[in-house]
Amino acid sequence: MWGILRQRAVVDGGLSLRRTRSALVSARSYAAGSKEMTVRDALNSAIDEEMSADPKVFVMGEEVGQYQGAYKITKGLLEKYGPERVYDTPITEAGFTGIGVGAAYAGLKPVVEFMTFNFSMQAIDHIINSAAKSNYMSAGQINVPIVFRGPNGAAAGVGAQHSQCYAAWYASVPGLKVLAPYSAEDARGLLKAAIRDPDPVVFLENELLYGESFPISEEALDSSFCLPIGKAKIEREGKDVTIVTFSKMVGFALKAAEKLAEEGISAEVINLRSIRPLDRATINASVRKTSRLVTVEEGFPQHGVCAEICASVVEESFSYLDAPVERIAGADVPMPYAANLERLALPQVEDIVRAAKRACYRSK
Amino acid sequence: MALSRLSLRSNPFLKPSTTSIRRHVSTDTTPITIETAVPFESHLCDAPSRSVVTSSSEILSFFRDMARMRRTEIAADSLYKAKMIRGFCHLYDGQEALAVGMEAAITKKDAIITSYRDHCTFLGRGGELVEAFSELMGRKRGCSNGKGGSMHFYKKDACFYGGHGIVGAQIPLGCGLAFAQKYSKEEFVTFALYGDGAANQGQLFEALNIAALWDLPAILVCENNHYGMGTATWRSAKSPAYFKRGDYVPGLKVDGMDALAVKQACKFAKEHALKNGPIVLEMDTYRYHGHSMSDPGSTYRTRDEVSGVRQVRDPIERVRKLLLSYDIATEKELKDMEKEVRKEVDDAVAQAKESPVPEPSELFTNMYVKDCGVESFGADRKELKVTLT
Repeated sequence: MWGILRQRAVVDGGLSLRRTRSALVSARSYAAGSKEMTVRDALNSAIDEEMSADPKVFVMGEEVGQYQGAYKITKGLLEKYGPERVYDTPITEAGFTGIGVGAAYAGLKPVVEFMTFNFSMQAIDHIINSAAKSNYMSAGQINVPIVFRGPNGAAAGVGAQHSQCYAAWYASVPGLKVLAPYSAEDARGLLKAAIRDPDPVVFLENELLYGESFPISEEALDSSFCLPIGKAKIEREGKDVTIVTFSKMVGFALKAAEKLAEEGISAEVINLRSIRPLDRATINASVRKTSRLVTVEEGFPQHGVCAEICASVVEESFSYLDAPVERIAGADVPMPYAANLERLALPQVEDIVRAAKRACYRSK
Repeated sequence: MALSRLSLRSNPFLKPSTTSIRRHVSTDTTPITIETAVPFESHLCDAPSRSVVTSSSEILSFFRDMARMRRTEIAADSLYKAKMIRGFCHLYDGQEALAVGMEAAITKKDAIITSYRDHCTFLGRGGELVEAFSELMGRKRGCSNGKGGSMHFYKKDACFYGGHGIVGAQIPLGCGLAFAQKYSKEEFVTFALYGDGAANQGQLFEALNIAALWDLPAILVCENNHYGMGTATWRSAKSPAYFKRGDYVPGLKVDGMDALAVKQACKFAKEHALKNGPIVLEMDTYRYHGHSMSDPGSTYRTRDEVSGVRQVRDPIERVRKLLLSYDIATEKELKDMEKEVRKEVDDAVAQAKESPVPEPSELFTNMYVKDCGVESFGADRKELKVTLT
């Protein structure tokens, strides 16, 4: 089945370019028919429904209220729920994140937005030391039902200080759960699960995916819809090589799988959905089937998510591997501004294709 | 000490029973009014009256509770030197008046959050001695099952939210607790305690700004013991008038070694916070020990200074003098009470020493409330791997 993906690239905070692109979408991945939803609307509807269902849920962050959200994720929520459920904060991440965690100690369910996760570094002590570790240090007395969400990783042309991916950093911390949606269904199901979850969740979105539309099933549109935390999704089945990735790179991996199919290589694409807990079972089962692994992430290569996946597969499925494990990651440099350099600093579809072919001994 | 009215009634002082954990107090709750020795200093508000309404039973309970706290910290000192307590151990002796005075002004539904110097705050919230010593020694019976340690005592059922190791972090957290209280429309407040060292932290000002904007019932309490680790206030703060540092937020400076003054200030602060939003209290206090057990406390202050404060301002001695001058108890009765407290503490230490260490399986418990079948690993993941359920 051919699905139409409309991609809206947001440039300079408002102007939009509309490009129509067709892509092959696996018939088994989405229920047959009809409805489509952008990731932005998926996130908005998820927060809306959870606020409606539970009066303890509230939203807090910079520009989430009156401005309708820096990326419009919280659009309409202030009007619908009022200033006692949607809080615009000053630009003080350490302060408002600590306040959010304290509110969670007392049993409320804050959804704290970071305008981008780059700014979360100002508040990282509260995420790690005040939130992640509290349930353990208090032997279960103090749990922290908080969600930290916002765009993560590279956008387009925003430079070194605004482009870092934090998946590896947060996912290394026991006590946190770290989620990374790709599609609209992921966005809805994982965010609803995160808000309902009694533990602290870091929810890594992607700015460039906000405007992307995906088919969405009736089930996913239901207000009770929820995805399990810790389970990866096989986006495309295959038998020759396993490609594991998350967030925006899932789209790139699917395109790479198309190109590989033209050359007779059948790639299985796994969308992690959850970085912590990492679904090692699904990853290893797939590699035991295909014997080859390519891991892809946007973030810095050293000590990344891919490194953990590769180590896990080498430890648990060594004798099944027919080729060395492959990592495709962002370049080992701060993100440059010039468009051509930025392109070189991020994984492209051809990088994933090349690595898969290497794993299949089809190239040097 | 200024006295406005002497109680000439000789109170039937009940001999305490031998069961050790219960508080033993005189049953006389007739109001007595006592003037604080030191006036309050205020910033952007009218200071409360220096006349504090109390009672014999309350003053007696101050004495007993402070004596218990003092003995606890001294016992912790010995246990640390005997290597039964490891890591960090920050002692509160000298500052007891703050813990008891605050408790006298509030309920167990008002929240308290503090730093790592938390043993006595925990006891003030109703924490048990055996739980405290067990936690210090890393035993199962500890208030955090041995998994927290000295800096991470909690008692959620009494709204005591810890016990925090990162200097200053407890202040935004405390403002968050106050946020939740306001959100839930409860008429309770939060006291966020921090030291003079933490008073310069940026996150304090960030949180206070939000607390003031949103009218949160947050009371920031600076326990000014004059030294942030080894750095005196004049070396760390351009403006060491901590009660004024809230700028647009009202503040009050209090003699923190006077339990009654502390009570009055906290009562005033609670009323203020419920009506007008945040307020800063600066408690002028002192710690006899160094910053922690690894600090002799003598490289940055003289022994004369420490002994001078002990002679002139000790909080327990002040209450003893009060009890004697008001004829609420005799010297012998007070000495007997101290002996009982000492026995209480010694028994608790002995009990704690009997408590076993946590099971090895506890390494992996309480990571999450909802485990979702997640795996966790020991040092050798091929040797030790568990599925959290």
